[in-house]
Amino acid sequence: MTHSFRRTAGAALALLATTGIAHAGATLDAVKKNGFVKCGVSDGLPGFSYTDDKGNVVGIDADFCRAVAAAVFGDATKVKFTPLTAKERFTALQSGEVDVLSRNSTWTSSRDTALGLNFAGVTYYDGQGFLVNKKLGVKSAKELDGASVCIQAGTTTELNLADYFRSNKMKFTPITYDKSDESAKALEAGRCDFLTSDQSQLYAQRIKFANPDEFVVLPEVISKEPLGPAVRHGDDEWFDIVKWTLFAQLNAEELGITSKNVDEMVKSATNPDAKRLLGTEGERGKDFGLANDWVVKVVKQVGNYGEMFERNVGEGSALKIKRGQNALWNQGGLQYAPPFR
Amino acid sequence: METKTTFTPHPELPPPANTVGAVGWLRANLFSSPANSLLTLFALYLLWLLLPPALEWLLFKATWSGTTRADCAPGGACWVFIKMRFGQFMYGFFPEPERWRVNLAWILAVLGILPLLGKRNPLRLPAAVFMLFVYPLIAFVLFSGGFGLAPVETSQWGGLMLTLVIAVVGIAGALPGGILLALGRRSKMPVIKTICVTFIEFWRGVPLITVLFMSSVMLPLFLPEGMSFDKLLRALIGVILFQSAYMAEVVRGGLQAIPKGQYEAADALGLSYPKAMGLVILPQALKLVIPGIVNTLIALFKDTSLVIIIGLFDLLNSIHAATVDPNWLGMSTEGYVFAALMFWLFCFGMSQYSQWLERRLHTGHKR
Repeated sequence: MTHSFRRTAGAALALLATTGIAHAGATLDAVKKNGFVKCGVSDGLPGFSYTDDKGNVVGIDADFCRAVAAAVFGDATKVKFTPLTAKERFTALQSGEVDVLSRNSTWTSSRDTALGLNFAGVTYYDGQGFLVNKKLGVKSAKELDGASVCIQAGTTTELNLADYFRSNKMKFTPITYDKSDESAKALEAGRCDFLTSDQSQLYAQRIKFANPDEFVVLPEVISKEPLGPAVRHGDDEWFDIVKWTLFAQLNAEELGITSKNVDEMVKSATNPDAKRLLGTEGERGKDFGLANDWVVKVVKQVGNYGEMFERNVGEGSALKIKRGQNALWNQGGLQYAPPFR
Repeated sequence: METKTTFTPHPELPPPANTVGAVGWLRANLFSSPANSLLTLFALYLLWLLLPPALEWLLFKATWSGTTRADCAPGGACWVFIKMRFGQFMYGFFPEPERWRVNLAWILAVLGILPLLGKRNPLRLPAAVFMLFVYPLIAFVLFSGGFGLAPVETSQWGGLMLTLVIAVVGIAGALPGGILLALGRRSKMPVIKTICVTFIEFWRGVPLITVLFMSSVMLPLFLPEGMSFDKLLRALIGVILFQSAYMAEVVRGGLQAIPKGQYEAADALGLSYPKAMGLVILPQALKLVIPGIVNTLIALFKDTSLVIIIGLFDLLNSIHAATVDPNWLGMSTEGYVFAALMFWLFCFGMSQYSQWLERRLHTGHKR
């Protein structure tokens, strides 16, 4: 039943996607008319989007929507967040309930094609990793031969793990649990040697332990989960704005422009790349249908990519995730933005 | 000489010591037979196993004061989490300066219902008219804004407030809907009967979770681009349609329990159909099915938490959302215990009210 239902839903989505939803620029016009960006976020994922004590939606996914609002309106507060469940998210984007879907969604080919989405880049390179007790003295996943693993039953993580161990000619003993909370408790109680899940989840699990410092996330990542914001097919202009908001944040970090020094940089920057990015040279903003200083507003109000990362999931947050794959390309990571010219 | 004999009754003997007082109660209720004694001892053993650790976690080792996760002592519940998030659990994302509006709406509801509880109260009729026709409008304005109040979108409603809104609107819509459907199903007019039977059987045949899911995921796809109506409204309509089908079957049970003579007597008096139903049949039938109606209402109240799958933040989902805040990770047990307590309070209250209502209305059928 689920399958046929999915197929019907998929067909309906594809139909909507292909029957030509809107002419180019329609989304930007609608957003400007509404006076806010409608942003779809998750119904709660530590570090990505969740509500704080005061009821604000925070997290890296939420901040990216604020960046888009800053780009369009020059005001990062002009966002309306809609929490979406995993099942609703793509319909909500297709039906126009949200303009941007920034909801820790993995970029895959079927979503790009059959579901009629356009992924605007990668805000977080996630992937399956390992969490081990420091007492084990393990520095790399390659040393885990013969270890027992706490794992959630029937997930793709289980299959990925089996593949990884087989290709490295290692053995493991699985101890399966139904919920991620249970497997984390089991690791804490010493019932298994390590735990495997998406890395961003592992950091969140670690906080729940009584002594988080006794556990460490290993550097290996054995699957690809690029998470990024998506827009719907059919409006290239809006796609460009969302895509280049992220690229602008990445370029700003690369050029050393932060929310603190951006005003100074506007006045004193001599680097032509920085001048073009900040709109002090050329008329790049017009190409997007935005103000010429839109990047200044984004960086000033939300920060560059690095600031956004550290504040929500990095050292400035409770999660303390290392940059790792999410470092800039010139610092050994994967984050690379095309030049702004 | 006259002898006067006066009857001095022998003072009554006290009942045997082992049949009164604490000992007597224990013998009668807990140790009346060897099997019962064994069961009592077993139950006591279970309590001894479960109660001390539970109380220790809930009360004695629990942390009550503080503002962050770091203030919580290990080994006990961390009620600080509930305290810090209490506003969100009650009102969701309702803007803080506007929360008095929600409180005012509930206070008005209580004030409006109180006169209805008295038996012969001169205020009963005005209070009923107020609650039926005026109050919904006032509550709507208080919640969503207008008339000088700042507008609050339904996406900002949440917590216990949203749970109550869904439950109350669902109940208020399902009860009249259910009565009409039940009457329609017993109607002699074939078209009306077929429509009602089809409606009831369709909505009883699908799970509520499917109804909600359809309303939230599929419905927007069938609407023209740009046209979308409120997610909460869609969910409410789904809940009302679904519950009225159940309510209809409960009411039909009551209608069938009324002896045929009552129908015939009403006809013999020359009462029209609405009068016969309204004055003779329904008052008896509804009274009979109070337990069934309340059962449905309690089920509806608990079913409201299913809106979690369409991303509405009712009490349960607000608690769930709070537990993923990195600053409060690992507090899910406290959150769910709190949710259970709140749900239990409301359901227990409803059940007590129904029993009180049954006692007040018992006129004959009581056994």
